[in-house]
Amino acid sequence: MVAAVQAKAPHGRLPVNSVRRRKPRRQWLPYVLLIPAIVMELLIHIIPMLIGVMMSFFKMTQLYLGNWQQAPFAHLDNYRLAMDFNQPAGKALLHSFAVTIAFTVLVLAFSWSLGLAAAVLTQRPFRGRGIVRTLLLVPFALPIFASVITWNFMAQRDTGVINHVLVNQLHLTQGNPFWLIGGNSFVTLTLVVIWRTWPFAFLMMSAGMQSIPADVYEAAMLDGAGVFAQLRRVTLPLLAPVNRVLVLVLFLWTFNDFTTPYTLFGDTTPVQADLISIHIYQNSFGTWNFGTGSAMSVLLLLFLMVVTGFYLFFVNRRTDSA
Amino acid sequence: MRLNKIATAAVAGLMVLPLAACGGSTSTSSGTASNKANAGVTLTYWASNQGTSLDNDKQVLTPELAKFTKQTGIKVQLEVVPWADLLNRVLAATTSGKGPDVVNIGNTWSSSVQATGAFLPFDDATLTAIGGKSRFLAGSMSATGVAGQPPAAVPIYSMAYGLYYNKKQFKAAGIASPPKTWDEFAVDAKKLTTPKHWALSLEAGSKTENIHSAFTLSQQQGGSWFDSSGKATFNTPQNVAAIKQYIDFMQTDKIVNPSDAQYSNGTEALKDFATGTTSMVFWQAAQASLKQLGMNPDDIGVAPVPLPAQLPAGGKAVTSMVAGINLGIFKNTKNKDAAIQFVKFMTSTPEQQMLNKTYGSLPSVTDAYSDPAFQAPNVLVIKDVLSKSAAPLPQVPGESQFEKLVGAAMTTLFADAATGKTVTSAQIASALAAAQQQVTS
Amino acid sequence: MHEPNWFRWTRRVGLFVLLVFTLVPIYVMVSSAVKPLQDVQGTFTWWPSHFTLAPFRDMWTTIPLARYFVNSLVVAAASSLASVLIALLAAYSISRYRFRGRQTFSVVVLSTQMFPGILFLLPLFVMFVNISNVTGINLYGSRLGLILTFLTFTLPFAIWMLIGYLDSIPRELDEAALVDGNGPLGALFRVVVPAAIPGIVAVAIYAFMTAWGEVLFASIMTDDTTRTLAVGLRGYATQNNVYWNQIMAASLTVSVPIVIGFLLMQRFMVAGLTAGSVK
Repeated sequence: MVAAVQAKAPHGRLPVNSVRRRKPRRQWLPYVLLIPAIVMELLIHIIPMLIGVMMSFFKMTQLYLGNWQQAPFAHLDNYRLAMDFNQPAGKALLHSFAVTIAFTVLVLAFSWSLGLAAAVLTQRPFRGRGIVRTLLLVPFALPIFASVITWNFMAQRDTGVINHVLVNQLHLTQGNPFWLIGGNSFVTLTLVVIWRTWPFAFLMMSAGMQSIPADVYEAAMLDGAGVFAQLRRVTLPLLAPVNRVLVLVLFLWTFNDFTTPYTLFGDTTPVQADLISIHIYQNSFGTWNFGTGSAMSVLLLLFLMVVTGFYLFFVNRRTDSA
Repeated sequence: MRLNKIATAAVAGLMVLPLAACGGSTSTSSGTASNKANAGVTLTYWASNQGTSLDNDKQVLTPELAKFTKQTGIKVQLEVVPWADLLNRVLAATTSGKGPDVVNIGNTWSSSVQATGAFLPFDDATLTAIGGKSRFLAGSMSATGVAGQPPAAVPIYSMAYGLYYNKKQFKAAGIASPPKTWDEFAVDAKKLTTPKHWALSLEAGSKTENIHSAFTLSQQQGGSWFDSSGKATFNTPQNVAAIKQYIDFMQTDKIVNPSDAQYSNGTEALKDFATGTTSMVFWQAAQASLKQLGMNPDDIGVAPVPLPAQLPAGGKAVTSMVAGINLGIFKNTKNKDAAIQFVKFMTSTPEQQMLNKTYGSLPSVTDAYSDPAFQAPNVLVIKDVLSKSAAPLPQVPGESQFEKLVGAAMTTLFADAATGKTVTSAQIASALAAAQQQVTS
Repeated sequence: MHEPNWFRWTRRVGLFVLLVFTLVPIYVMVSSAVKPLQDVQGTFTWWPSHFTLAPFRDMWTTIPLARYFVNSLVVAAASSLASVLIALLAAYSISRYRFRGRQTFSVVVLSTQMFPGILFLLPLFVMFVNISNVTGINLYGSRLGLILTFLTFTLPFAIWMLIGYLDSIPRELDEAALVDGNGPLGALFRVVVPAAIPGIVAVAIYAFMTAWGEVLFASIMTDDTTRTLAVGLRGYATQNNVYWNQIMAASLTVSVPIVIGFLLMQRFMVAGLTAGSVK
């Protein structure tokens, strides 16, 4: 069964003997083709990153903005300030980190589950399936600022639809709650991002499921497997390659999300919804303190590298032993 | 953002215009011969949003800039920058070295901007070139940078806070005159607050408005935000008391709608007042905006912000911060002389009268007050405040961080109060301590 | 089809709930765009008090929407095009050739996907300024600068996705083209590219959508003339009123082309994504 799946999606790597047709003197071509990408990567990724790392070791505050070459060397002060968890700045960073982790986990869990559910529900054809699928994808297709602005409008305390439904129509609670400030802001933020993200999970898993041949399911049904057993024994294992990538991509996109909190809350992000990217932005551009801002960005990068490294290692080990 | 020099032919063409035909009465006293010295230059000017919209500002400023071009031959490329962006744009221009020639800044930013060294200091020679330091209101001049150093920018629009109140609603509630002390204020506010109506609107989600109020109340308590060496001293009992008083309007006195905790645009609280939803608001130079919002001018009353009945030890009779807009010149401008001419034009008496009349603010030069428009009773109240009971925000480099950090702390505290949590003095103190720790300069 | 009845009903209920969840905000956007201003400033109403297309007319004048629209269009299209071209060349090289440094490059490209945008913001800004000081090419505040910064986001994903997609195109196609006397580049453009259309379209769509909606860099790197929609729409909260109906109308207008384009092309995008992920 596994071999059948593999045969359907051939890899592009050919056995060595057919590659030998390549003439040795054409060896420069691959490098030439890479030049534009290498130049761009250097220009927009590698060099800025190195500059950013360098800036984290200097005291780049408003005093040195006009002549930043003269900013004093700050050793590890910026890092110490960011990581001193007993002091307010460090505490705020840790808190922001915790908020972001909670947010990412929730968004990932719900988006993945909803995506899977919808993919399973639409796996078999039924009347109107095409329209349903298309409509369900709209949130992902919408530009982020348009959907977030709409949710902002919906979450307004006195004029928004959320309170209108909860308070005026369903009478579930009294006294219009706030959705954009205070504790509820975390809920709103998470809800908005789930709304926008789950269609992508749905899309990916639907597509992945399409490549699972029907006879595999029939074989499972002959074995007496019901719907849930089929899910567990057939669908999920075969979706594993798609899921591996999906989870990683969703994690990175969600963790680094700047646009949603920025558009939803503006300049005054409530502390309960203080995602790490907004936190760093407000601590660098907000207080003109680019040294600490850069230090925090570097710390964030290190964290993401560690997480991704562990994830890939863990996942690859799983597939090797499968 | 970039400066173009116009071709010599154009310069020659402009030179041909006879100086006498230049609507002569608006040129200032110092030598008309040198007026055209910089003809042909184009200046880039970033104006701030003073009017009711960016477009409105363009409409107000464009004819004035045309006058300037006619007098001097210098063209001005205008961009009106919204407040949310202005500080960031100035910052970006400072970092990049590429910016406009002249720019409006909030006067409270003067010291921070001065510390970056990006603006041209107005030393004695430059001040003389624009007409001399003595032309300016002393109060406004105090908000132009660290004391003892040449100003980083000169004041063009001056404002102060007042307590705007709805005369009609006051009369209906049986209140004869606006409150002078906080005790009277509390009594009046209770009379005005009904289940359907709130006495006061606050822009409680706005860092800037919160800071301005906290400053004034703290002055009344005898507090200060920086010590004499420029180090931050946010967490003091007086500052805590000031912020507590302000937040208590919403949480304890309940004269402010909790929804106001969301107000962060700089417009909503005023709009509530203009539409009669509330009876009072603390605001700067609101006359023109209130008219635009459709409020009946007869209903608009203004009085100084109340004071404590008994000033505590060290407390000052301050009812407002010195508010205003300053005009500065970027140091690396390629057209220094033309820029100085522009500043001179904007601070000239006719322009001061014209622009401040339109925007509803007050002139920053004393001779402009001869205009009857600045004699109206509501205007005189504000002028009085400006000259007698207004104090400048701390003129130290850390000032803009003070605005951002303490302002953010206050909006968070308001959010807590609005969502039902009680904000105690202890919490305020720890919020201030946290803000203080993040000041770096 | 042997579906148990309970499954059919679960499907109906489940999909109905999901549809409601998905579509209520869309409805709010559309209905608010045709409401007069009072409707959106008072308590929410499901149905407009009366229909008006005034927001669609007024939105063009409250802020310079047309200019922002053009800026967004130019920047997004250019980013998309540049991403596709650069990524295609690089992906072809990695996919079809074995050479020293191939693994390194792939790994580097993959790892840059995890970099948070905030890390690059100030360094890019400082770099652009220095470049324009030295060479006179103005990058900060220009569309070119913004296009280059957007490549930060789109290029890694595009390269990675195209590598996966090209990998799934059999080598026999290339070999046939080479036998016909084409050089490798000829093989690329005459044979491989047509076969890779789904992947290319997916990359182009992704790059376009990313550039269209990007807010962080656009808010810092643009001035009033080069501002994009993502940042410009915030200008509707002007001095006296927050024109929610115009905001909704504008959001709708700038979204409709994207949504339609995406929905038409999503078939390609799916093919491109899944081919890239099945390694």
